[in-house]
Amino acid sequence: MSEGGAPDALLAEATDGSRRALGRLITIAESGGPSADALDRAMVGRPGPGWIVGIVGAPGVGKSTLTGRLAAGAAGGRPAEGAPRVAVIAVDPSSPLTGGAILGDRIRMQGLGDPRDVFVRSMAHRGAAGGLAGAVPIAVRVLGAVGVEVVIVETVGVGQIELEIIHVADTVIAALSAGWGDAIQASKAGLLEVADLLVVNKADRHGAADAVRDLEQMLDAGTATALGPDETWRPPVLTTVATAGTGVAELWTAATAHRAWLIATDRLARRRDDRRRHEIGRRAIDILAREVDQRVAALGPTAAAATPEEAARRVVRQVRAGGD
Amino acid sequence: MTPDGLPIRILLAKLGFDGHDRGLKVIARSLRDAGCEVVYLGLRQTTESVVIAAEQEDVAVIGISMHNAGHLTLGPMMVQAVADAGLDIPVIIGGIVPAADVPTLKSAGIFDVLGPGTPLETVVATVHAAAAAHPGSSV
Amino acid sequence: MPTPAAARTTGDAHPASSDADSPGRVLPEADGPCNYRVMGIDANPRAPSDRTPGPAAADGRVGESTMSGVPLDAVYGTEALGVPGAYPYTRGPYASMYRDKLWTMRMFAGFGLAADTNRRFHDLLDAGVTGLSTAFDMPTLMGRDSDHPWAVGEVGRAGVAVDTLADMDELFAGIDLGGVTTSMTINGPAVSVMAMYVAIADRRGTARSALGGTLQNDILKEFQAQKEYIFPPAQSVRLVTDLMRFARAEMPRWHPVSVSGYHIREAGSTAAQELGFTLANGFAYLEAAIRSGLTADEVAPRMSFFFNAHSDFFEEIGKYRAARRIWARWLRERWGARDERALRLRFHAQTSGVSLTAQQPEVNIARVALQALAAVLGGTQSLHTDAYDEALALPTEHAARIALRTQQVIAHETGVPAVADPLGGSAYVEWMTDELERQAEAIFAHIDELGGGSMLDGVIAGIDNGYFVGEIADAAYRFEREITAGERIIVGVSDFTEGGASQPSLQSIDPKIEAEQRARLDAVRRARSGDDVARALDGVAAHARDPVRNVMPAVIDAVHAYATLGEITAALESVFGTYTEAAIA
Repeated sequence: MSEGGAPDALLAEATDGSRRALGRLITIAESGGPSADALDRAMVGRPGPGWIVGIVGAPGVGKSTLTGRLAAGAAGGRPAEGAPRVAVIAVDPSSPLTGGAILGDRIRMQGLGDPRDVFVRSMAHRGAAGGLAGAVPIAVRVLGAVGVEVVIVETVGVGQIELEIIHVADTVIAALSAGWGDAIQASKAGLLEVADLLVVNKADRHGAADAVRDLEQMLDAGTATALGPDETWRPPVLTTVATAGTGVAELWTAATAHRAWLIATDRLARRRDDRRRHEIGRRAIDILAREVDQRVAALGPTAAAATPEEAARRVVRQVRAGGD
Repeated sequence: MTPDGLPIRILLAKLGFDGHDRGLKVIARSLRDAGCEVVYLGLRQTTESVVIAAEQEDVAVIGISMHNAGHLTLGPMMVQAVADAGLDIPVIIGGIVPAADVPTLKSAGIFDVLGPGTPLETVVATVHAAAAAHPGSSV
Repeated sequence: MPTPAAARTTGDAHPASSDADSPGRVLPEADGPCNYRVMGIDANPRAPSDRTPGPAAADGRVGESTMSGVPLDAVYGTEALGVPGAYPYTRGPYASMYRDKLWTMRMFAGFGLAADTNRRFHDLLDAGVTGLSTAFDMPTLMGRDSDHPWAVGEVGRAGVAVDTLADMDELFAGIDLGGVTTSMTINGPAVSVMAMYVAIADRRGTARSALGGTLQNDILKEFQAQKEYIFPPAQSVRLVTDLMRFARAEMPRWHPVSVSGYHIREAGSTAAQELGFTLANGFAYLEAAIRSGLTADEVAPRMSFFFNAHSDFFEEIGKYRAARRIWARWLRERWGARDERALRLRFHAQTSGVSLTAQQPEVNIARVALQALAAVLGGTQSLHTDAYDEALALPTEHAARIALRTQQVIAHETGVPAVADPLGGSAYVEWMTDELERQAEAIFAHIDELGGGSMLDGVIAGIDNGYFVGEIADAAYRFEREITAGERIIVGVSDFTEGGASQPSLQSIDPKIEAEQRARLDAVRRARSGDDVARALDGVAAHARDPVRNVMPAVIDAVHAYATLGEITAALESVFGTYTEAAIA
């Protein structure tokens, strides 16, 4: 099998169905730097995945189990040759102190059909500035490039990290679990602002009906113009028992309806364009930030005469003049 | 860390019925604290499920924990399954393994065996050594 | 009292025991009353109706004075301190404790094929033991047959292999089931194994009401610690309840649940967590039984407990005392129990397997002795002491004998049994008891909240959200880090390592056993009626689907038809599903 320096060969092998090659490609994507850039260049012109679904929610709501069920159901076996139809990227936080991580989401996706039917990759957050693992967009491109049709990105975390999902996914499913006023928590965390669908998991528990009702009321009230990413799509509220598989097929059907709506209203292309711009902008800022940091580090002991604002403007002039 | 400064990815699992995962969880945390990304498969894995995960996750090291009698059978089976898949990923065994069995396991291709009472620093160092000795298994 | 040596059986039952060069095989870290082939016998053989005298003194008066002849009261203390045998039983479940009856020195058997273990049972019975204790091999513990793909290398190793009624019949061949008590350490497939035992009794004409013994059958701790689960939690609890109801109706002498903290502790929990999680599980089973129509007074007397005897001496003693006090209070105050037998917590203890070191193994003798002493000072009703060479493999006869002798020294030489709860009144021990009770109460409060006022729902929720496994994993990690940091010393391992090279000679199991058991299984499959089996398994599934029905009668029918353990498990799985543990945090 080809090694890291030959993205075209790896892409060919992965498109042919090599799990190992695909795993290696995602590692290259994750590593950033010149090899990731070379990989991106090699993929220019290849289509992305047909559909990217994001699943967000607080820890403990059963996202991994739900993701596993959705993925297995969507895959419905695997094609006779080539890459699987469905892939899952499961993102977990990295320790801010040590940079390490325990990636345990894929456990809950086992035992649901043949593990070869779905490509599952666990990614650690690696402290990506601004939220979701910086490498997720390029990893998604890789999956699309080798023929994966549907990519499900599952991410744990609260607040900012979850909101970042809109920069990755076409359709966002926000999962809550029955009980403990999760609906209120969800609205506080801003989940309702990003969700295209809402699902109350563990619906066999006490409080499921209440949660559904609370969510519907919030949607009715139309609290905040930001409720739901798009005013003309009202997020449906569904219930599931992921461990038993109950309601999962209905959830998938509702999600595919969202995709159909995106296409019918020309929004899919627009969202993807927005996301691409966002990624370009983020990368540009990263580049600039590095250059600023270099120049700031190179500054002599700051003279008492110049104010910080003046010093900053001088740095910016230097960066602009630096060319490239 | 790999030479590029990226975290080492290691897969941890137990094969078959064996349910003693106290040590495995302690090691998972230790490796996380040492900066590794631990793909934790946990209990009731088969050599096949481990291989598939190792491929998808592109791990640099496979760690199997064993507490029942099976190490002399299962250890070599794991190594064989990895080789059959065309992978160059070192396999480390941890758990209850009598010292007398270690040479047999090593000649069957196990990278190293970490018996009872192995200090956590030694575990971390062994993982690093395994990853460094097999550069083809990571970028 | 006859000396154990006179009744000693020889080691010929296991061909490999004298082969000092064969590579060791490993014993699972002491899961439950230990699975080893023991050569010794119960040190107090007695007819079931006798009350065993306490430690004998030369003049025939039992254990009522010191070695030097100083007369002793049965118990000491102030009125405020209370006495053993009185609510809340902090000081012990019985007034006279060991003066009336020493703790049971429990000896276990279980290995290889049913015939091998049966021979051991007979040896023990001949030596005067009236209680048998059975350990099962890993495939059996997981409810699978000896030819399951994962059974390779496991058949007959950690215990006896049982696949069908034929094995159970042979296991107890020539034994009057109405004349012994049998303990069976099994959890996930407990209904199937119990059904087999009952079916054999039925065939032999032994009344079910004459059957006495214990089933571990504590599935909640499997999800929390030992991980020998099969079905999801709620369905598993239903099976436990079915067994409790069945026992209550058909086998009133039987203890259908032994709520276990041993494994929770071995998995790395603190003493307070062992105490809190175990009693919470006990409360959960109680609630489940009550929901099914029984009362606390009906159920609790037949619930027993099983605790770890670990290394921190006074913490353990405080733990046992706190356990009794908590159980009595909760039973009376929360569930209105009145019967003394319901309020009185009785327990078996086993010294900690995970504390044994492979380095300088003889030092384990000292560890075990001190752990055993703590259990006795804590008032245990039954005790198992580990053999010093168990860290790596099955214990040798020599090591197992020392383990038994350790208990006998405590019983007969130390004078400790002469006075009940001798540490009662110690400022430190009373404080420790209170402190562990306080910590356990904090755990109960959390679980109660998780369950919205129900301990059963709370425990299930805690299993579901990873509370138990997370707490245990964190505690285990903290402990390891303390060792790494040098804050905690393990003698012979992290310090005092000179002299550590000796490797004890290790036991191994004959690999032919596996082939033989598979052949037995095939023979049974060929001889039985496939139609009868299929019909019976359908019956099992039908009973399982209906939450109001008790699966036991259907499972008993199935075992009579020679359905295998694995087939019954699969039938239940088809209705209940399986369980996958959530990832650790």
